Amino acid sequence: MNTTPEIHRDDLASKTGMWLFLFTEMLLFGGLFVVYSVYRFRNAQAFHLAAGELSVTIGTINTIILLTSSAMIAMSITALQKKNKKFALFLLGITIFLGLAFLVNKYFEWGGHIKEHIYPGSPVLALRGQGDVLFFGLYFFMTGLHALHIIIGLVFIGVITLKISRDKITYDNFVLLENSGLYWHLVDLIWIFLFPLFYLIT
Amino acid sequence: MSTQKDIAEPSFLDYKGRYKGIFSWIFSTDHKRIALLYLYSILSFFAIGATLGLLMKFELIAPGKTIMSAQTYNAFFTLHGIIMIFAVVIPGLPAVFGNFLLPIMIGAKDVAFPRINLLSWYLYVAGVSLVLISQFAGQGPPDTGWTFYAPYSFRTTGTMLPAVFGAFVLGFSSILTGLNFLVTIHRMRAPGMTWLKMPLFPWTLYATGWVQLLATPIIGITLLMIVAERTLHIGFFDPTLGGDPLLYQHLFWTYSHPAVYIMILPAMGAISEIITTFSHKTIFGYKFMVASVLAIAFVGYFVWGHHMFTSGMSGTALYTFSLLTFIVAVPSAIKVFNWISTMHQGSIDLQTPFYWAMAFIFVFMIGGFSGLILGSLAANVHLHNTHFVVAHFHFIVFGGTGFAFFGAMHYWYPKITGKMYDTRWANIGLVLFFIGFITLYGPMFYLGFKGMPRRYYDYDEIFHAGNIVSTMGSWVLYSGLAIIIINLFASLKSGSKAPSDPWGGKTLEWTIPSPPPVENFDEIPIITKGPYDYK
Repeated sequence: MNTTPEIHRDDLASKTGMWLFLFTEMLLFGGLFVVYSVYRFRNAQAFHLAAGELSVTIGTINTIILLTSSAMIAMSITALQKKNKKFALFLLGITIFLGLAFLVNKYFEWGGHIKEHIYPGSPVLALRGQGDVLFFGLYFFMTGLHALHIIIGLVFIGVITLKISRDKITYDNFVLLENSGLYWHLVDLIWIFLFPLFYLIT
Repeated sequence: MSTQKDIAEPSFLDYKGRYKGIFSWIFSTDHKRIALLYLYSILSFFAIGATLGLLMKFELIAPGKTIMSAQTYNAFFTLHGIIMIFAVVIPGLPAVFGNFLLPIMIGAKDVAFPRINLLSWYLYVAGVSLVLISQFAGQGPPDTGWTFYAPYSFRTTGTMLPAVFGAFVLGFSSILTGLNFLVTIHRMRAPGMTWLKMPLFPWTLYATGWVQLLATPIIGITLLMIVAERTLHIGFFDPTLGGDPLLYQHLFWTYSHPAVYIMILPAMGAISEIITTFSHKTIFGYKFMVASVLAIAFVGYFVWGHHMFTSGMSGTALYTFSLLTFIVAVPSAIKVFNWISTMHQGSIDLQTPFYWAMAFIFVFMIGGFSGLILGSLAANVHLHNTHFVVAHFHFIVFGGTGFAFFGAMHYWYPKITGKMYDTRWANIGLVLFFIGFITLYGPMFYLGFKGMPRRYYDYDEIFHAGNIVSTMGSWVLYSGLAIIIINLFASLKSGSKAPSDPWGGKTLEWTIPSPPPVENFDEIPIITKGPYDYK
C-alpha cells in the first residue's frame, strides 16, 4: 500500500498461495476424518444403523447442486477469459443461487433432525447410546463446518461478482476469480467425501 | 558488492507514507515495519510470560504456600505456557527476523503477500488478546496447562473458551506467515539465486513454513473440537459420551510436536548465519545443512507419540515412536558437527552474537541429549511428568530458541536499527543470562530424576535444596535479561552509527545500508556466487 509504489503482480504466486491455503483446509478436515474413522471403527454397528436415518435423497440432491455449481464457476472463468463478461456474471449468479439452495436444503435437513430431538447434547439422543451420540455429533460438526465454508465461499464469490461488474477483475486479470473457483472446488471436494461417509456407507 | 549509493532513499524507519505517527506502523505493509511490530509485541508478551515464570519460581522457593495458592499457581503455569509457546517462541524467529530478513536475504523487495502479512500480525494480536481476556472474564482463569488436555479442558470451571479460541486464532496467524514465506521463497528469489545458492536462514524458514502450513490445521480443528465440546457437548473426547481422551492427545501432539520444529529450525538457521559470519569462513557442509533441515522437518511429523509413552499405546507404537525419536536426533547432531567444523581453522571474531551462538550450542546439546533420555521407553516411564521434562524443554525451547533469538537480535541489531549497541553491557548481560539459565534449569534435571512432579505449587522437603538453587537462578536470569533489553533500548539513542556491514557478513542483507531503505534494493541483485563466499 503506502510502501509499494510500483504495482507488483504475480498471478502464479497468488495461485500458489491459494493452493497452499487449500492444503491447510484439507488438513483441517483431515483431522475430523481421522476422528470419524476411529469412532466408526469402534462403533461399526451403531454408525451403520444411524447412517440409515439420513435421507439419501436430500444428500444426493445437494451433491448434484454442489457439483453443478462447481461446473458453473469453472465455466464463468472461461467465459471471462473469452471476454464475455455478461455471461460470466450470469454463471456466477447461478453459482451463488445453487450455493444458497444447498444451504436451504441443509437447513430443512437439520431442522428435521432437531425436531426428532437429534442434536448434540439432546437427552433423547443420549439415551440411544454412545455410537449414535458420536455419529450425530460428527454429522452436525462436520456438515456444520462444511456449511460454514459454503457461506465463506459465497461471500467470496459475491465480492468477486461485484468486482467483475465494476471491471476490477477483467479478462486479462482474473486470478482472483480463479482463486475463488479453486476454493469453491475444495468445498465441493470435501462434500464429495462427507456424502458417502455419512449417507451412503450403511 | 558494496557499491550502493550514499543513502539516496530514506530508510524504512524514516519513511513518510500515507499515514502519520503510529498509523504509519500499524497500517504499514512493509515487511520490515511488520517485523518490528512483531518484535515489540513479542517482547511485551515475553515480559509477561517471564514475570509469571519468575513468580512461579518464587512460589517454589519453599514447600507449602509461599506467595500464591494452588489455584493461582495452576492459572500461572497455564498462562505462562500459552503465552510462551503460542505467542513468543512459535512466532519469535520467523515473524520477527524472518519477516525482516527473508526478503532481503533472497534479494526481494517484500514478501509475496504484504497485506496478508499485516493481517497475520492483526490475528496475532487478536489471539493473544483473547488469551489475556480469559484471565479476567467468567469464573476464573484457565487452569489446564497450555496443552488443554481432555476431558479436564471441558470440565473445569475456568474460562476456557477465549483461551482455546485465542490459541486457534494464533494458529491461523502462524499458517498465514508460513504460507507467505513459502510463496515468497518459491517466486521471489533474485535472478541467479538457485535453491542451493540460498542462505541457510531462508532455508530453515522454508522448512518451517511447510511445518506451519501442514501441522497447524490439525491443532486448529482439535481446538475447535474442544470449543464444540464445551458449548455443544458433542462428546468427541468425553468418555461418558463414548469419546476418547487419548485421541485428543494424539491430535494435539500431531501438531504440537512439529511445532517444536517451528521453534527450533529458524533458530538453527540464525545460528548458522552467525557462526559462518564470525568464523569468516564458508559454512561447512552446506548441502548437509540443507538436507538436515528438511530431514528434521519431515521426520518431526512422525514422533508425536513420544509425548504419550505412559498414556497407553501398543508395544509396536511405543517402539516405533521411540526409534523415530532417536532418528530425528541424527540431523540435529549433523548440524552441531557442521557448526563446530565451520569454526575449525576459521578466523574467529569474538563478538557478542558469536558468544550467543556458543551458548546456544552448549545448552542445545544438553537439551538434545536429555531429549534422548526421555525418548527411551524405560527411562521415560520414570521421568514422565517430572521436573526433568520441564528442564528438558526449557533447555530446548528457551535455551535453543531463546538463545538464538537473542543471538539473532545482537547479530542483526545494527542492520535493523542502524545503530551499534554497547558490547560491554551486552556481554555482561549474556554472562548473567547464561549463568542464571544453567542455575535455574540445571537443578530441575536432578529434581525430576529424584521424582519431583511438574505442575505442583508444593513439594516434599527432600526437594528443598534444589529448588532454592533453581529459584536463585531465576533471579540471575531475570537480571541478565533486564540488562540485555535495557542495553539494546539505550543503544537506540546512544549507539554509534552502524556501517552497512559491521561484522564482515557475506549474505545480501549486508550489501545494503543500515537501516535498509524502504525498497531494500535500488536494483535487484544478480546472484552468481554461493551465499557464504569468503575466498
